[in-house]
Amino acid sequence: MAELQFREAIKAAIDEEMAKDEKVLIMGEEVAEYNGAYKTTEGLLDKYGYKRVIDTPISELGFAGIGVGAAMNGLRPIVEFMTFNFAVLAADQIINHASKVKYMTGGQIDCPIVFRGPNASAGQLGATHSVAYDSMYAHFPGLKVIYTSEPDDAKGLLKSAIRDDNPVLFMESEQMYGLKGEVSDEEDYIIPIGKGKIKREGEHVTLVAHGKMYHLAVQAAKELAKDNVECEIIDPRTVKPLDLPLIIESIKKTNRCVILDEAHPFGGLAAEVGFLIQREAFDYLDAPVQRVTLPDVCAPFAKNLFDLWYPSVKQVVDAVNQVTYRN
Amino acid sequence: MAKKKSGNVEFAPRGIGDEKSGAVQKGVDLPAATKSKHKDLGLSAAKLKAMYEQMYLQRRFEERAMQQYQKGKFGGFLHLYIGQEAISTGTTFALNDDDDIITAYRDHGWGLCRGITPSEGMAELFGKATGCSRGKGGSMHFAKAENHFWGGYGIVGGHIPIGGGLAFANKYEQNGRISTCFFGDGAVDQGALHETFNIAQLWKLPAIFVVENNGYSMGTAARRHTVADIVDRADGYGMKSAVINGMDVFSVYEKMKEIADDVRKNSEPWFVEIRTYRYRGHSMSDPQKYRTKEELEEYQKIDPIERLKTYILENDIAKEAALEKIEEKVEQEVLDAVEFADNSDFPKDEELYEDMFVEDDPYFHT
Ligand SMILES: Cc1ncc(C[n+]2csc(CCOP(=O)(O)OP(=O)(O)O)c2C)c(N)n1
Ligand SMILES: [Mg+2]
Repeated sequence: MAELQFREAIKAAIDEEMAKDEKVLIMGEEVAEYNGAYKTTEGLLDKYGYKRVIDTPISELGFAGIGVGAAMNGLRPIVEFMTFNFAVLAADQIINHASKVKYMTGGQIDCPIVFRGPNASAGQLGATHSVAYDSMYAHFPGLKVIYTSEPDDAKGLLKSAIRDDNPVLFMESEQMYGLKGEVSDEEDYIIPIGKGKIKREGEHVTLVAHGKMYHLAVQAAKELAKDNVECEIIDPRTVKPLDLPLIIESIKKTNRCVILDEAHPFGGLAAEVGFLIQREAFDYLDAPVQRVTLPDVCAPFAKNLFDLWYPSVKQVVDAVNQVTYRN
Repeated sequence: MAKKKSGNVEFAPRGIGDEKSGAVQKGVDLPAATKSKHKDLGLSAAKLKAMYEQMYLQRRFEERAMQQYQKGKFGGFLHLYIGQEAISTGTTFALNDDDDIITAYRDHGWGLCRGITPSEGMAELFGKATGCSRGKGGSMHFAKAENHFWGGYGIVGGHIPIGGGLAFANKYEQNGRISTCFFGDGAVDQGALHETFNIAQLWKLPAIFVVENNGYSMGTAARRHTVADIVDRADGYGMKSAVINGMDVFSVYEKMKEIADDVRKNSEPWFVEIRTYRYRGHSMSDPQKYRTKEELEEYQKIDPIERLKTYILENDIAKEAALEKIEEKVEQEVLDAVEFADNSDFPKDEELYEDMFVEDDPYFHT
């Protein structure tokens, strides 16, 4: 095990895959000479040169599409977005092209591409820089979506994503890049896409939490443990395909569930997981499933409103109290 | 079957370290400044002093803002306009007060020009309820709609079509107003610009699209992110165009006035490249390794505020003491603004849910 920052884990995954396969390349705004807006590509230009580490203009639609075309034509591009908030401009290429080309050509054309970058809010950056897009992309057939919470998951899953022959969206967070964690130093460390992980065992309630929300769940679990409420935390890691069996197994044990989701409430991951739980484990539930999400409101700038807007430990504790009838 | 090629492959052009003979790289080549004197331009002594005050205000406002940011008084992004003030000032003096202005996130100078008071501006940076956007927007979203300043926008290129839309409404209403849309050199690379230019020319929209080419898009020099001279884009659409020296407020004023008159008369769009330079980093967390200190100093030597000051003194329009008085007044205004922002209240909790919909009591999903 080695302790790595999140950004180092991501860089290591890209580095290893680039070393292994000539077809892998990375492009995006400021990825090369600036060493990455968030330094996730630091040193890669020096190591792999201008052919494979490529600065792009601010043309998200254009360079995402160039990535798609290059993938169709035999390369394995990693397309970095400065954040997924800007990938909205590239949505046509991701949603209308990358996800559909194989199907509509009757299986003739593969599109092995990774779209990656930070997702969701990164503090007081206002309404246009703060949205979580993982559930939105998961809506579309043909896309795999990953949003990890810890360096170890990030490394193993990013390597899988780069090797995957389908389009994969891999999401990170500006606010987690500095986060440190133990990362396996197993050679060629791979975590399969679609496998969640039980990150804390507990008997009273299941918390489903991925991405930044995982860390909120950990804090809430600590609080609750003081009151002898033991939370089981499941980090799905991959949003789609979703590791439903892992979640259902846990519900069968705890009979209660709170889902944490950094997206707005309507039609998000929390909505989907909530539905699936009632379909698959209705008879095991001792309380309606609850969720903690952003409110149905844009991100405000003001610090106090932002704090109110963003999901809090207290909201998680309250939700747990609700499903355990402790209030 | 074609033969396989060998040799070095590269895509994006290389940046610094690649220049010849140790010459200082230049972010932008400035065209010559206008030779016109203030009288040729119809600018009175009072107007010149007002211009000076406006530019000096923008500069001091942002220098104080930076200080407050560093003190931790507020968070988020802070993109400073310092170095580019001749553009906002020359333009607003050239336009009618009810002509539209829309810009990107580097928007403080524009807001101050269009009547956002230093207090309202500073309070917005602090995220206070008394801010011009009630603390909802912060640095990137200054706005004063009643003065036809439609605000700053944070998605690069996103507001270019909107600038066209403002002009569309003016043409529709036949109200004689024109619209101006400002964006950075980085935004030129967005598809939105090209779609908008085509429609604007096809539909003869009364709009001026202006790229404030400050030589850099974040850490990427313009020649590394965009081809040819930016202004040449206009030719492809048969659009009228001009290049202006943005370090000289007279040049901006003169040309923008001429262009505004033309747009008002003929209802046809223009594409204008105003060349300028940003002195500070892209935002507050930019190590600026992509440019040299020498390059920055080249442009600071031709500072637009100093230039106007020198003109005023050399032409005996005002005495040093009179300018000092203006400076002191501005300094006080900005200090008062900081105090005002500091003492203002944050928005009330319930304001989180305000401004989403027009209804008083809208539906929110839970
Ligand atoms: C669609 C989109 N992509 C990327 C960004 C991140 N970003 C913000 S400003 C910027 C550079 C823009 O440079 P330029 O247009 O030249 O304006 P300047 O900052 O020089 O005023 C970038 C890449 C963004 N805000 N929006
Ligand atoms: Mg620029």
